[in-house]
Amino acid sequence: MNVQVRRARPLAVVTGMGLVTSLGSGKQDNWAALTSGKSGIRRIKRFPTDHLKTTIAGMVDYLPASNRGAGALTAELAETAAEEAVAQAGISGDFDGPLFLAAPPVEIEWQHRLALNATLNAGQADAPLLAASRRAGGFEDIFDATQFGTIAQKLMDRFGTRGLPVTLSTACASGATAIQLAVDSIRRGETERALAVAADGSATAESLIRFSLLSALSMQNEAPHRASKPFSRDRDGFVMAEGSAALVIETPQSAKARGAKILGVVMGVGDKADDFHRTRSKPDGSPAIAAVRSAIADAAIEPQQIDYINAHGTSTPENDKMEALSMSAVFGNRMGELPISSNKSMIGHTLSAAGAVEAVISLLTMREGRIPPTINHDNPDPAIPLDVVPNVARDAEVATVLSNSFGFGGQNVCLVLAREPV
Amino acid sequence: MDTSDVVITGIGLVSSIGEGVEAHWQALSDPAFRPRVDARRFAPYPIHPLAPVDWDRQIPKRGDQRQMEPWQRTGVYAAGLALEDAGLKGDEALCSTMDMIVAAGGGERDDAVDRAVLAAAPRVADAGVLLNEKLTTELRPTLFLAQLSNLLAGNISIVHKVTGSSQTFMGEEAAGISALQTAVARISAGQASHMLVGGAFNCEHPEFLLLYEVGGRLLRGPWLPVWQRGVATGGGVVLGSAGVFLVLEATAHAKARGAKAYARLGRVAAGSAKRGPEYAGRLAGMIAQVDPKRDGARLVVSGASGATGPTTDERAALDAAGGMVARVATSRFGHVKEAQFPLAVAVAAIAASKRAAPAPLDAAEEGIFGGDAGLILATTVGYHRGEGMARVEAVPEGDGRA
Repeated sequence: MNVQVRRARPLAVVTGMGLVTSLGSGKQDNWAALTSGKSGIRRIKRFPTDHLKTTIAGMVDYLPASNRGAGALTAELAETAAEEAVAQAGISGDFDGPLFLAAPPVEIEWQHRLALNATLNAGQADAPLLAASRRAGGFEDIFDATQFGTIAQKLMDRFGTRGLPVTLSTACASGATAIQLAVDSIRRGETERALAVAADGSATAESLIRFSLLSALSMQNEAPHRASKPFSRDRDGFVMAEGSAALVIETPQSAKARGAKILGVVMGVGDKADDFHRTRSKPDGSPAIAAVRSAIADAAIEPQQIDYINAHGTSTPENDKMEALSMSAVFGNRMGELPISSNKSMIGHTLSAAGAVEAVISLLTMREGRIPPTINHDNPDPAIPLDVVPNVARDAEVATVLSNSFGFGGQNVCLVLAREPV
Repeated sequence: MDTSDVVITGIGLVSSIGEGVEAHWQALSDPAFRPRVDARRFAPYPIHPLAPVDWDRQIPKRGDQRQMEPWQRTGVYAAGLALEDAGLKGDEALCSTMDMIVAAGGGERDDAVDRAVLAAAPRVADAGVLLNEKLTTELRPTLFLAQLSNLLAGNISIVHKVTGSSQTFMGEEAAGISALQTAVARISAGQASHMLVGGAFNCEHPEFLLLYEVGGRLLRGPWLPVWQRGVATGGGVVLGSAGVFLVLEATAHAKARGAKAYARLGRVAAGSAKRGPEYAGRLAGMIAQVDPKRDGARLVVSGASGATGPTTDERAALDAAGGMVARVATSRFGHVKEAQFPLAVAVAAIAASKRAAPAPLDAAEEGIFGGDAGLILATTVGYHRGEGMARVEAVPEGDGRA
């Protein structure tokens, strides 16, 4: 329960942003593709797709680490986005503020399991890999890759962040939580600036199969770029994707002192856990509604002041229905005309990174005065009568955005972002 | 005491020793206590397995129990104990506004499926195709969520109705250090009034031993107390299973609802200093920062992992500080990874409330403590990275639980 007095706390502004998705590296390439309605979803080439029900994804296949495993790619994605953000903020030398990293959980990767297995001739032991490790000695590189703290440590060393870095997961809301933790630390007066990074390079065969077994993924493999169709009647699941985003968040005083340009403001953050089910939301949408209302209240504005909603919009039957219901509960009749679009129609679901990726796109939307569309919207769901900005980007004055993130495990985090302090 | 001070009003503990605050204190304060070690199941690696638990007591629905792998179940169970201990279990109003930070790992895999893939791999042309086939047909659909990091928090929401904010921190011991550091900071700043913080670890799975042994970190052969492991074979870590949760509150919040506190938890010092010749000095600096004014002996509850280098450094830092009398939690419970710092703080809080030190496991190594146990230093130095410390202080009589 947030009882910190609002007027007594510092404002949190954004002075640097980085963005990497299947559409490209950097804000510029991404913005061009997003506003021309381009899809980054492709047939999977990185690993065999035999026996898989879903054979498409929004993968980042153009980085040096793209074929070196989930950990290596997640690390490179995080570093690439952070580099762009820190450079834009004009910070040289040590960053000198805390680091909050949203990243997928780590396990020993199959390439490493198979390599370990190959060092042991008798593969029939009770615990073959344990026996292999004991006989062959320490595999320090594999060990390091399996530590959840490794990527944050790399970023800490590279950018000179301060204190013990936090690595976090709130499933598909993780990116928004990283921003929330950064804002919280600034509001507490602990720091003048913080670095929020979110990255996910975990589109492996095993994670694809895991989501597939939960019936969460689209199986519309024939036309990959058409598979992610949030709010459409024939949507059948999300498309896994990779990507990253980073935001330099600081106090206006700190930004001004450095002569840094203020790109936007994190006005409000709201969250609320759902206790209904591991993957489904409470049927009345009350936790998501509470998260939205708490973000708006935290921003000290009224719902009427929201100009645009950057939807979670995963393209699963469940999410899109519940999100529409929850938004209608908060915004009432306005939902017919309040634009709401889903970036995931083009970049897929970047999982741990999504909340931050979409926050960066929301800030670009305000700065550029142009709303990226929900593509593949040819067959609207009659139960979801929303203005989803179908298929084509739209010019619009947008001063305030609500960005939604909802995840497995009852995670609901919403951000209110503004072009300027409201 | 400042009204924005943070107090510990509930402790949930389940481990190899048993469950609950009193059972643990009885064991830890008994000079005849010996750790519960199973040397055979994963030989040559000794472990501290979880004592038998009647899950129904905190997770009444069997359906819920089936949706969790053991580490999640252990954590949800300990969270229930903590809420019960704080008098908050079933308090709909206070649970629905309670914020939660869970320190979690995850990745409790299906060992049989993994072994089947490894056994078949040398005979196939394309291991990738084999992997797809085996995983698609043999993985339980529900396993993904039952081993997923943030689903320990998710299950606490479902089972115990804790539905304020829900955050999961990852990163080995550092996850637990950051969780407590963030919780104390949030409550002190008025960003939260009452919080549930903790973690759980299950060592009884070959995958979790492998995660250490792939880097040669486990002790092999007969069990030894942590301070004596320098001479042992292997890397020095002995794993344990445990669930540890704490209820933290602003003093004013606890007083308003008439809750008694175990102890006050000070600001958590945390870092991730470079390991090397200067590391012991950095730890000594952290001790001086957290515990600047000291006359006479100081009781320390250490979460030292047993890992050879960092454990030696921690001991050197404590020795250099002078007057530090350490009780090593890990010698008694095993190394419990993400839950390590919450465990050190929990043991310190119980000791502070009793104003007594745990009995030494071995007086020659751990020393006799004759000072005031009303102020205790809790430490955790990560086996690979990260370090954290905090002061745990008895509350004035009348506010306390003892």
